[in-house]
Amino acid sequence: MTTFIARRLAIGLVMLLALSVLVFVLLRLAPGDPIDAYINPSAPLSAEALAALRARLGLDAPLPVQYLGWLRAALTGDLGFSTQRAGVPVLPLVLERIGPTILLMAAGLAIAIVAGISAGILSAVRRNSAADVGLSVLAFTGISSPAFLTALLGLYFFSVRLGWAPSGSMTTPGAAFSVPDLLHHLVLPAVILSIGHAALIMRYMRASLLEVLNQDYVRTARAKGVREFWVIVKHAVRNALLPVITLIGSTIGVAVGGAIFIESVFNWPGMGLLLVSAVSDRDYPVIMGATLVIGAAVIVVNLLTDITYAAVDPRIRVS
Amino acid sequence: MTAASTSTEIATPPARARGPWVRAWSRFRANGAALTGLAILIPILVAVATYPLWWTFGPNDIDLKAMNQGPGPSHWFGTDGVGRDILARLLQGGRISLTVAFVSVVVSIVIGFLVGAIASFGGKVVDNGIMRLVDLAMTLPPVIFLLVLASIAGTGIVPTIVVISLLSWPVLSRMVRARLLELRERDFVVASRGMGASMWHLLFRHGLPNCIDIIVVYATLQIANAILLEAGLSFLGLGIAPPQASWGNMLNAARSTVVMEQYIWQWMFPGGALVLTVLAINFLGDGLRDAFDPRSDLN
Repeated sequence: MTTFIARRLAIGLVMLLALSVLVFVLLRLAPGDPIDAYINPSAPLSAEALAALRARLGLDAPLPVQYLGWLRAALTGDLGFSTQRAGVPVLPLVLERIGPTILLMAAGLAIAIVAGISAGILSAVRRNSAADVGLSVLAFTGISSPAFLTALLGLYFFSVRLGWAPSGSMTTPGAAFSVPDLLHHLVLPAVILSIGHAALIMRYMRASLLEVLNQDYVRTARAKGVREFWVIVKHAVRNALLPVITLIGSTIGVAVGGAIFIESVFNWPGMGLLLVSAVSDRDYPVIMGATLVIGAAVIVVNLLTDITYAAVDPRIRVS
Repeated sequence: MTAASTSTEIATPPARARGPWVRAWSRFRANGAALTGLAILIPILVAVATYPLWWTFGPNDIDLKAMNQGPGPSHWFGTDGVGRDILARLLQGGRISLTVAFVSVVVSIVIGFLVGAIASFGGKVVDNGIMRLVDLAMTLPPVIFLLVLASIAGTGIVPTIVVISLLSWPVLSRMVRARLLELRERDFVVASRGMGASMWHLLFRHGLPNCIDIIVVYATLQIANAILLEAGLSFLGLGIAPPQASWGNMLNAARSTVVMEQYIWQWMFPGGALVLTVLAINFLGDGLRDAFDPRSDLN
């Protein structure tokens, strides 16, 4: 187990390094010269002054040298400054957005896991019944509806028509912070974020449980006279959950994507909103910082899922 | 005499075993969901392809006497804020969304197949290098990658196609690699290598036909995915830019409170078209996957 964790950690570190190279290269491919962000367009500089500025900022060095310099700064937490908001460093800008995104994603994921797993169990146990067909069609619709559309529909019905939910942002503007107010704002976006995920989890859970229910040990348990309820809960579901755990870990990336759209529709002050506005402003240092932080988070989550999976299923460790 | 008659009886050819395509087709035909998908998809495709022949309004025709008009006898699906016909924009948007999806899938199939082929036939070092790259591309959340790429490529049809294709090939190349690695050790491939077959011959006469099932299923499901990616990008204002219509940028109109609350036909119709099309394609893709999977006969 220790060697397994050590190897996974090493792979994770290499991935992180590769991610930073990728982000660096991609953003240097971007049109425009980074120097443009530094100079005042209404006061053009002479060619010599530009060259001097370039040399001072290290922009005349070869790309690998520039990368190493950037990496050294990034490791100490210096991700540069936003080009759109003058003088604002990137790191605090990114960090203050992490909390709301984690809150939204954790809530969405929790709803998705509970709803997806119970719907999956129900439709596997009552295979081919009306409930199964109905749930499967719902799951298909859930997978086929993009998050921004469900977000718009949710906003229209629950906020505009019924007036049950606020129309966006994380707290009521001007009001003092309170937990019920936060929850009131959280429910709708979290439920909408969970739809696609719950649909995916349900389909996996259903397929995996159906496979397990055909296994010999399930038949043995039934033959022993174990009640059907306990056969399903103790023998089948426990084993069927294994692939679902990996699925949940490996689709965190997809959830991040969905969160971006939902944050942008609901004006939720998270990483997604920051990234979208940075992309439309072409604010490259912020894009780089946000991508790096999100990518690192996804790599860490994948690492944790791998380790959990290995802890639950000893067969994984051997290979 | 008797011996001769027995031999003619033996000589009657046995009923020809059904080939894989015939079996796949019969499995597909038995799949209700897949047929429903096809039944929804074909009318949509026909309508999108032929609409200039039977619909009076063009997607960018402005009717100043009918701004923000609800669905009615002349404009079936209503009009938008500058008096453009929603149905015409919906159909033109469908053309663009489907074209972007189709072209990007073709591009990503070419890249995905070639990369998978190079990885499986290129030796251990090449294989390892390529697969780590694929792992990396799959680790990044797709939408984040999409946003970063879009911020570099800019808006418009061609950049959108490039961005979506660049994002989607890794999944296919991984599947192609797995299939070709297995194929490489088969006797007929070993024999053909022994007879001096070129790499080209190995890949396109043996590799490609044996990957066709993977590619067909990937293509179908990826088209649905690409439609969603394009709509998402355009919704955020990074994909197809107005005045060109696309389902995503029509939905973008709903970000204005007035449109969202009062002119719901302006965004509900494109949303409906999007979900219906993607749903139909997903049904179809699922049916194709079952049809190509010989194990599904066992159940």
